[in-house]
Amino acid sequence: MLGILRQKVGGATGLSSQGLGNHMLRLRPVTSALRNYSSATKEMTVRDALNSALDEEMAADPNVFVMGEEVGEYQGAYKITKGLLDKYGPERVVDTPITEAGFAGIGVGAAYHGLRPVIEFMTFNFSMQAIDHIINSAAKSNYMSAGKINVPIVFRGPNGPAAGVGAQHSQCYGGWYGSVPGLKVLVPYSSEDARGLLKSAIRDPDPVVFLENELLYGESFPVSAEVLDSSFCLPIGKAKIEREGKDVTITAFSKMVGYALKAAEILEKEGINAEVINLRSIRPLDRATINASVRKTNRLVTVEEGFPQHGIGAEICASVVEDSFGYLDAPVERIAGADVPTPYAANLERMAFPQIEDIVRAAKRVCYRSAPISATAS
Amino acid sequence: MGLARAIQPLPLPPLADSRPKPTATASSLFLGSTRTLRPSNTFARTHTRTRSISSAQRRSAVAANVSDVKLKPATNLLLTKEEALEVYEDMILGRVFEDMCAQMYYRGKMFGFVHLYNGQEAVSSGFIKLLKKEDSVVSTYRDHVHALSKGVPARAVMSELFGKTTGCCRGQGGSMHMFSSEYNVLGGFAFIGEGIPVATGAAFTSKYKREVLKEADCDHVTLAFFGDGTANNGQFFECLNMAALWKLPIIFVVENNLWAIGMSHLRATSDPEIWKKGPAFGMPGVHVDGMDVLKVREVAQEAIGRARRGEGPTLVECETYRFRGHSLADPDELRDPGDEKARYAARDPITQFKKHLIESKLANEAELKAIEKKIEEVVEEAVEFADASPAPSRSQLLENVFADPRGFGIGPDGRYRCEDPKFTEGTAQV
Ligand SMILES: Cc1ncc(C[n+]2csc(CCOP(=O)(O)OP(=O)(O)O)c2C)c(N)n1
Ligand SMILES: [Mg+2]
Repeated sequence: MLGILRQKVGGATGLSSQGLGNHMLRLRPVTSALRNYSSATKEMTVRDALNSALDEEMAADPNVFVMGEEVGEYQGAYKITKGLLDKYGPERVVDTPITEAGFAGIGVGAAYHGLRPVIEFMTFNFSMQAIDHIINSAAKSNYMSAGKINVPIVFRGPNGPAAGVGAQHSQCYGGWYGSVPGLKVLVPYSSEDARGLLKSAIRDPDPVVFLENELLYGESFPVSAEVLDSSFCLPIGKAKIEREGKDVTITAFSKMVGYALKAAEILEKEGINAEVINLRSIRPLDRATINASVRKTNRLVTVEEGFPQHGIGAEICASVVEDSFGYLDAPVERIAGADVPTPYAANLERMAFPQIEDIVRAAKRVCYRSAPISATAS
Repeated sequence: MGLARAIQPLPLPPLADSRPKPTATASSLFLGSTRTLRPSNTFARTHTRTRSISSAQRRSAVAANVSDVKLKPATNLLLTKEEALEVYEDMILGRVFEDMCAQMYYRGKMFGFVHLYNGQEAVSSGFIKLLKKEDSVVSTYRDHVHALSKGVPARAVMSELFGKTTGCCRGQGGSMHMFSSEYNVLGGFAFIGEGIPVATGAAFTSKYKREVLKEADCDHVTLAFFGDGTANNGQFFECLNMAALWKLPIIFVVENNLWAIGMSHLRATSDPEIWKKGPAFGMPGVHVDGMDVLKVREVAQEAIGRARRGEGPTLVECETYRFRGHSLADPDELRDPGDEKARYAARDPITQFKKHLIESKLANEAELKAIEKKIEEVVEEAVEFADASPAPSRSQLLENVFADPRGFGIGPDGRYRCEDPKFTEGTAQV
């Protein structure tokens, strides 16, 4: 009997050699809208974009080091630091014990003294055990020391809902960190974003929270020669208009940019010309770009995966109400994750987060192409 | 003393001798993977050097370090036949269930991170089978088997993993979050270390009930299970302190499987002998061979007895090994398959216990076969049950967020808004 059991083990183990790579394939999200672009430009995955940005910044500045769980010998839980240990050695690619509060604080202390730590959280969920240092030590030191001690640190890792991992491992921290004075919060979507923003974050003199998305790591995006240049940086606090349009503005960040672009394609077929803004930075928030777009389209849909209350959408609505109230032709639609901890069951999980159809419907509603908001508003 | 180098002052009386003798190499090493550690970087190199004290030196260090809190020698170390078969059945259940999980995961029936327990069964069965229903167990993301040992029916765990309403958490928790108020499984904590204070709080409650609420017969104990990697997290130390300070009825059970994902225990900790942290905080610390269910049970019996009698907490380090990758998504490339994996595979806790049962004539082949057959059927039935069970209805999305949900997700008619079929049309904000 145990023989049989062992055979089963053997069978399953054989399968398990699929490993992390395939696991991620299984989790592959909807493909990027940018896929359709010309194949003349080079393609690069978000994973390679992050990896190359780290590599180049480490090569350029010996003060830059990477610290976190499994960043070295394991090559990163999601392989973002792949190859860096071999290249830069264990003094600059530091595997830590599982002690987020400890190594986040160590990072801040090191940054006080002029080093430029890149602290990896295996996922941003675990940053909750380090949040004291992110907020109290990193974000407030420059202020408390009257500008005498700045903290050039990057906290990075995958953020946002993942697939099938339940309540504790699946949530967006954009709203959490986006509300803290002293932090800069970046939210890359494409490979261009990932490279340009990470390089800027590492060179920045202030603490940057850098929210990646696990489900985008394996996505490929076209990258130009300029993006591939080692001097390429993107400005912090500047949004990108991913798609120009005149009928409705859709704001999104991270994985939701891809969803918004897909929704825009569908809307296009129905005669609605949507403008999609990739926020890139949620703190500082590019109010100018958002408001200019809303003044043009007169309609706004905000999209995020985080919890609705006190979220990014709420902040964007406030900025539009403050700056462009008179330009709005319809109530703003705010699409967010459901106000519940992330459920495990696949069908509930799908319901808990925005889907492309949700964006399409909301955009149509603000354009008065369908019945106004249903029971939700009652 | 062989592998159960129980380090507390107390010499544990020898168990039945008929069990397989540990190999010489295994018995002289504290950690099986010591020799395979590759000093591939400067940090590791320094650590290796400080660690390369001889085992004799190490033993004397141990003798100098033990606390003066002693575990009382257990009275009866022998298992009755019924107990032996119960433990065997539980270990088989753990193994067969987890193998089935792997199959179901690859068939897409369960998803996300699934962490299996294969190889560590002696710890769960050795400890939990000694508990009463009122006693509590707090686990991690590697929690299926702790829940099973505590009595949660296999079908309820399997169904949870399938994300179905008949699961022990109605499909809302998933693999890493097993809860059962009925069987006092208090979670399923997926973050490193966070289960430890919660377990300590459960132990605090027992003491509070006895001393403040005058429930004189409240002698419930709590077991906190967690890994070697977790023993480097601050919450562990904070709770060792409070548990000893307040003499709480808790046992900290470290399942030292030598690895935290791809991080070798020896690269992650300044002193790999975790049990030593017990005496440092004024409680007994014990190191036991976690591949030997009898030794685990012997230590567990003493520690649980101590807690029940109000004599305070114990730290038990069980040296064990996981036979699979960290999770079903882990390529598991860093652990040495030739030496380390093979050596531990040769000490499979189930095979060892089976051999002992037969050699000591506690059970015969036919009886054990019957148990194995029964468990296969239990697990098959669990899969059929889970597969046939309904997925949660959409109205479940908003339920259970609060004990008192007024003001959240409830419409003016007093009903959950999600009962309206159109409630997510256009926005997931509900
Ligand atoms: C706070 C936190 N940081 C990181 C992780 C990711 N993580 C999950 S399991 C694990 C390793 C744990 O190893 P160990 O405590 O030895 O338990 P084992 O998995 O070996 O049973 C890590 C780092 C986590 N779950 N929580
Ligand atoms: Mg471990």
